[in-house]
Amino acid sequence: MSEILVLVDHVDGNVRKTTNELLTIARRLGEPSAVFIGSGDAPVDALKKFGAEKIYAVDDAEIKGYLVAPKAEVLAQLAEKTSPGAILIPSSAEGKEIAGRLAIKIESGVITDAVDVTEGGVTTQSVFAGSFTVQAKVSKGTPIITVKPNSAAPEEVAGAGAVEQFAATVSDGAKTAQIVASQPRQSTGRPELTEAAIVVSGGRGTGGNFEPVENLADALGAAVGASRAAVDSGWKPHTFQVGQTGKTVSPQLYVANGISGAIQHRAGMQTSKTIVAVNKDEEAPIFELVDFGVVGDLHTVLPALTEEINKRK
Amino acid sequence: MNIVVLVKHVPDATADRRFESDNTVDRVGVDGLLSELDEYAVEQALQIKEKADGDVTVTALSIGPEQAVDAVRKALQMGADQGVIVTDDAIAGSDAVATSLVLAEAIKKIGSPDLVVTGMASTDAGTSLVPAMLAERLGLPQVTFASVVETQGDQIRAKRDGDAATEVIGATLPVLLSVTDQTGEARYPSFKGIMAAKKKPMETYSLSDLGVDAGQVGLDAAWTAVEETTARPPRTAGEIVTDEDGSGATALAEFLASKKFI
Ligand SMILES: Cc1cc2nc3c(=O)[nH]c(=O)nc-3n(C[C@H](O)[C@H](O)[C@H](O)COP(=O)(O)OP(=O)(O)OC[C@H]3O[C@@H](n4cnc5c(N)ncnc54)[C@H](O)[C@@H]3O)c2cc1C
Ligand SMILES: Nc1ncnc2c1ncn2[C@@H]1O[C@H](COP(=O)(O)O)[C@@H](O)[C@H]1O
Repeated sequence: MSEILVLVDHVDGNVRKTTNELLTIARRLGEPSAVFIGSGDAPVDALKKFGAEKIYAVDDAEIKGYLVAPKAEVLAQLAEKTSPGAILIPSSAEGKEIAGRLAIKIESGVITDAVDVTEGGVTTQSVFAGSFTVQAKVSKGTPIITVKPNSAAPEEVAGAGAVEQFAATVSDGAKTAQIVASQPRQSTGRPELTEAAIVVSGGRGTGGNFEPVENLADALGAAVGASRAAVDSGWKPHTFQVGQTGKTVSPQLYVANGISGAIQHRAGMQTSKTIVAVNKDEEAPIFELVDFGVVGDLHTVLPALTEEINKRK
Repeated sequence: MNIVVLVKHVPDATADRRFESDNTVDRVGVDGLLSELDEYAVEQALQIKEKADGDVTVTALSIGPEQAVDAVRKALQMGADQGVIVTDDAIAGSDAVATSLVLAEAIKKIGSPDLVVTGMASTDAGTSLVPAMLAERLGLPQVTFASVVETQGDQIRAKRDGDAATEVIGATLPVLLSVTDQTGEARYPSFKGIMAAKKKPMETYSLSDLGVDAGQVGLDAAWTAVEETTARPPRTAGEIVTDEDGSGATALAEFLASKKFI
């Protein structure tokens, strides 16, 4: 069985859930080899737990100060060495860019934003604002596939987790876009927006008061999202934005509050399993999508709902 | 300084909605328009030109069918100096790999740019692959997903809101820059701009002008193959209740409980 390279998504060595999902998918295609680009020891136990047979540890001393290009070089060199059956990369902005550069380097086809990958390497994508699904396959070279969060239920299977240090050579040409400053995102203490099972969002209708939205989110153990109108008004940072130019989320439950449901917002949430909305305008287009909707003022409905939920707990 | 700004002509998904307020331009065909996210790229290119000391030429470049000339023309109306469109029947169905190949050759033919500016994603395919692929092909520093852009002399600084951190990216020109919709509203073409655009140079290249073999592009040359497309069943509207004296919250709680969310 051929190796399947999985680029590990981590923050300071803490492996993110998306990696477990990618390792799970990799097992359908071959033998998962985790590629850990970072400082210090590789998080062997975390990677073994979800089936990593091998772990390529790449020291990031020469990599972390530069945007995207060095990581694409590392993967190209590993691909050369291991002739993998496929390369799986998390579908973040950076992940997709790494995939794009890698595709040119190793002359291989790339598929982005897969929500599923089958044994034969057939991917499923959701396109045109979630109104179509597409099945596709890489037809040239080593399939490079970026996979969205929540695309598989992570399965725990012990892997050998054999660590191999990989000394990549990073060219000067890859060290031209420098990260001159970096401010880590502050943890909200809530689930990650793209990974959460429940997302509670607020829009212009909050009038800038997100408290009812946040309290409901906490009662449900949910992540908080926002429309672009709310972000543009400065009520929430851009990292909260759901939609075409923000995050795409596909949770079990999406609760839209004071959000009209513009096509660009829908593009980021339309594939949620269950959709609920609270909006005071019964004509709001968001109501075309919902499984359950309440026509009402979010400032009264949400606190009452939160109280009801807390009572039932 | 030479700036090339990439403008893609895309199918119009939301014509009446997005363009109701756009009274200044009445040239959008029914079937396509300049990708909204590329307007931000044009705007940033123009702002950099306006701030620069020396002479700056902004060239708008598009690959697409003949109608794609509309996208280039809009960029000229906004203030770009000249336009180039690459059109060739063989290009139809190209994937990001082939598109980036043709764009790279076209950029080389236009001249050696100090700055190539693109949108963060096209509004149709939306893969965000083309900018990274172009940086790779042209060997340019990649400064992408910029939400704030500053240039000074041959230095560029950009803010990038990543998943894990907000970063400042720095590079020395020449650079490939992609910008997000956070960079600030794009200008509307003025009447003067629309008139002036008619006299601006516009060139059309074919694949042979670029020395690209037709066998390298198009659907058959794509490195990925779509096997099936399925329309998702439209969501059917569910139950809608009107809140009266707290009844809305109770009904919603019942619904959430029935779905085991609480
Ligand atoms: C290129 C481009 C990209 C874009 N990308 C995105 C994107 O990624 N994400 C995104 O969200 N948008 C995006 N947009 C913007 C999008 O078109 C809409 O403008 C935006 O989604 C509107 O946000 P909203 O629903 O919060 O505000 P509005 O459309 O103003 O709607 C507010 C809603 O709140 C309701 N309301 C008001 N008060 C109350 C109350 N007290 N209680 C209950 N309901 C109330 C109103 O009835 C109304 O329906 C993009 C636009 C463009 C052009
Ligand atoms: N056919 C094209 N013509 C001109 N520019 C393009 C074309 N395709 C992509 N681009 C540019 O690349 C960006 C990203 O596109 P994409 O990779 O398709 O999401 C767009 O915003 C455009 O600026």
